[in-house]
Amino acid sequence: MQTITLQALNDFEEWRKAARGLLQAGIAPEDVEWRDPASDAGLFGGDGEPPSGKQPVGSVPPAFIELARTAIANSDPERFALLYRLLWRLQADRSILEVSSDPDVTRLVRLASAVRRDSHKMKAFVRFRSIRDDTGLERFAAWFEPEHYCLEMTAPFFARRFAGMIWAIVTPYASAFWDGESLAFGPGGQKSDVPEDDAVEADWKTYFSSIFNPARLKVAMMKSEMPVKYWRNLPEAELIAPLIRGAREAEQDMIERVASLPPSRHVRQKAREDIRPEAESEIVSLADARAAVQGCRRCPLYEHATQAVFGEGPEHAQVMFVGEQPGDQEDLAGKPFVGPAGKVLDAAVEKVGINRSRVYVTNAVKHFKFEPRGKRRIHQKPDGGEITACRFWLNLEIEFVKPKVIVALGATAAQSLLGRTATISKLRGAPITMDDGTTLYVTNHPSYLLRIPDREKQALERAKFEADLVLVRDAITALEARH
Amino acid sequence: MGEHLMTVLSLRRKLAILSDAAKYDASCASSGTEKRSSAGTGGIGSTEGSGICHSYAPDGRCISLLKILLTNFCVYDCVYCVNRSSSNVQRARFSVEEVVQLTLDFYKRNYIEGLFLSSGIIRSPDYTMEELVRVARTLREVHKFAGYIHLKLIPNAAPELLAEAGRWADRLSTNIEMPTDIGLADLAPEKNPSEIRTAMARVRGKLDEAEPEKKAKAKPEKFAPAGQSTQMIVGADGADDGAILHRAAGLYSGYKLRRVYYSAFSPIPDSSSRLPLKPPPLMREHRLYQADWLIRFYGFDVPEIVSGGEGGLLDLQVDPKLAWALKNRHRFPVDVNRADREMLLRVPGLGIKSIDKMIQTRRHHSLRLDDVARIAGSIDKVRPFIEAVDWTPGGLTDDARLRARLTPQPEQLSLF
Repeated sequence: MQTITLQALNDFEEWRKAARGLLQAGIAPEDVEWRDPASDAGLFGGDGEPPSGKQPVGSVPPAFIELARTAIANSDPERFALLYRLLWRLQADRSILEVSSDPDVTRLVRLASAVRRDSHKMKAFVRFRSIRDDTGLERFAAWFEPEHYCLEMTAPFFARRFAGMIWAIVTPYASAFWDGESLAFGPGGQKSDVPEDDAVEADWKTYFSSIFNPARLKVAMMKSEMPVKYWRNLPEAELIAPLIRGAREAEQDMIERVASLPPSRHVRQKAREDIRPEAESEIVSLADARAAVQGCRRCPLYEHATQAVFGEGPEHAQVMFVGEQPGDQEDLAGKPFVGPAGKVLDAAVEKVGINRSRVYVTNAVKHFKFEPRGKRRIHQKPDGGEITACRFWLNLEIEFVKPKVIVALGATAAQSLLGRTATISKLRGAPITMDDGTTLYVTNHPSYLLRIPDREKQALERAKFEADLVLVRDAITALEARH
Repeated sequence: MGEHLMTVLSLRRKLAILSDAAKYDASCASSGTEKRSSAGTGGIGSTEGSGICHSYAPDGRCISLLKILLTNFCVYDCVYCVNRSSSNVQRARFSVEEVVQLTLDFYKRNYIEGLFLSSGIIRSPDYTMEELVRVARTLREVHKFAGYIHLKLIPNAAPELLAEAGRWADRLSTNIEMPTDIGLADLAPEKNPSEIRTAMARVRGKLDEAEPEKKAKAKPEKFAPAGQSTQMIVGADGADDGAILHRAAGLYSGYKLRRVYYSAFSPIPDSSSRLPLKPPPLMREHRLYQADWLIRFYGFDVPEIVSGGEGGLLDLQVDPKLAWALKNRHRFPVDVNRADREMLLRVPGLGIKSIDKMIQTRRHHSLRLDDVARIAGSIDKVRPFIEAVDWTPGGLTDDARLRARLTPQPEQLSLF
């Protein structure tokens, strides 16, 4: 039996050197006794001769090194032996770490994760107390009792976080010091090494008891996340028992108390508030309609859209373009035709020579209809009911803007304006005179052009779209000439 | 009159009032922001990806941030809210400097990861928002504070204030409050759902702008690196779980939300008589979080999850994945040695990590029931739904008593 006595509790490099020597000497894991400063002294004799040999040592996967560096800080006395056994087995088979069901691997992973958890809890539960010396210099100190030997791996976290402070963390097995510039380690200490109190702790306890909701008592949950073993160094822990005792009473009290009369401040404020404007019956201008549409509940689409997107353009535009509904970007921006389809429309309008500043753009349906899919919203076609419900707002826009020419972009707009389902190919290319005398042209929605994958076909459809807009331009010119 | 009374309140009393007033907001996350440290700045504070819970109250909730209101005076009268103007709770107001000092004092003692600051609406939305922004700016600029800051947005405050809030804060949030707009109109008449969603849309726009383009050299100005979140109150109105989850899915898809928080409506001091005066539906809240998780990470959609329960409500007895599996037994058992990841994600009792480990392990050798048990940690819930080399559930999958067998004993929700 070979005995190895390590000087440190958690020094991976020291263990690695020893383990390498054992491998070179070809000593099997079952023939090694590992000891560290925490082991009982005197049970066994000294180490005897250090192992020697020249057997080749293979490399191990980086994942093993990483896990071992963490697991070595576990207070389990078997940790060194387990690591050596795995190292030994890795010489024959480098892939065993990938077999999550292997008992040694499972154990290694468990040891490492217990250390990580303890280190995490240390980051959480260290409580600094402030000390001010005669010169007014403020320093901070904390006493903490980790379950594993994790101070060394955790102290750099505190150095990054409290760089601008001078602090010390004392544990039973080691201490860490930060002077504002560098980190140093020393021997362990005791609770009396740090101050007994801190003035801010009373505020902290006030906060702890006030943020607690007695109607939601879940003690088991608290204990699993904040294990009782850490309580003795948490100043707030002394409040836990009384808070639990009083909780039922506090909850019952809230439930049973009869609602009181509102304070006079509230009554005065209510009296000052006017009745809300924007009732639909009071719409007498385009601006009224624009304000009122935000409260529209004529169909269910308001529920998931961001906002209603009303038309935009001069109040007395000559021509009104009516699209289907706002898309994702229009919904977010609150403006019609700001997305990709809007760019296609703008380009075409400019190309055929329609004066964009005299154009009013809007949609047949004012709210975005979509199907949520993960982090995206997939456009959905509005149905007949939604189109009909929203005709109210389109009518108001037509009534107030009084365009000479209306252009229906796509089947939904045509359906809305004509009051029946429409086929674009049959309606495009010729003016339609509406009941009120307005001229209507029907063409495709610009987003249709964006969806055509074939380039040639896209160019063809774009030409047809532009030809439709030329008709619109000529109609406007003719109307202007008549005046 | 109010001003005079306030000066009498001690800082500690104000802290008690204004943290009590803030506790109904469920959010406490301090994760998912950029990596920062105070090394070399002379200040304090760091953020390293995952947040830390520095304590737990007996309600089982993590205490990660100093969660307080700047003031609980409010001109709004939202029925469900402890701070509504018609409530008789004691009122208080912190100065900007007091909040800054308290945050630093707590942070230096390692009590907290940072600050979560919200406020009742005083004077005007813009005025209130300006005060919140001033706290964050002071912490960052004057005190070089690098810890976590979460600011609540006042929905109809000016867009410039929202932009500045995002410059100083890690996370921004706007609470949608109710699962339906009708519910909100009913219980929070001064709040406008479209304004709330518009604020979220603005934040999303800013988040998009802050995302660096692949080839651009200039880094865009940073904006709320931990993104935005929202909260919905569960059980104050009549909305069912389907409506709640549907609303959540809509919000996730539109506004790049990191989280939707579900908050079981809880009795509040001086409660309105219009609300259910009963203990909060904690199990329902828990099931909604599980469902939310399954929808975001396990490939379930809202109708599927809701179909596991009855009448638009999730099953309270068993978790939503198990509930779905029990109603879709024809899709089981799943062969753990052959099934694709997508189908493994549907097996009750198997989480993402376990599944990925199983897929890795089965490349080396075929999985036995024992292997699955060791990887998954526990096998009871899994066994009826899988096949392994040495295991087939036989009639167990379709056994009429399976549901009863897998239903956990009624849990003692409270006490020890």
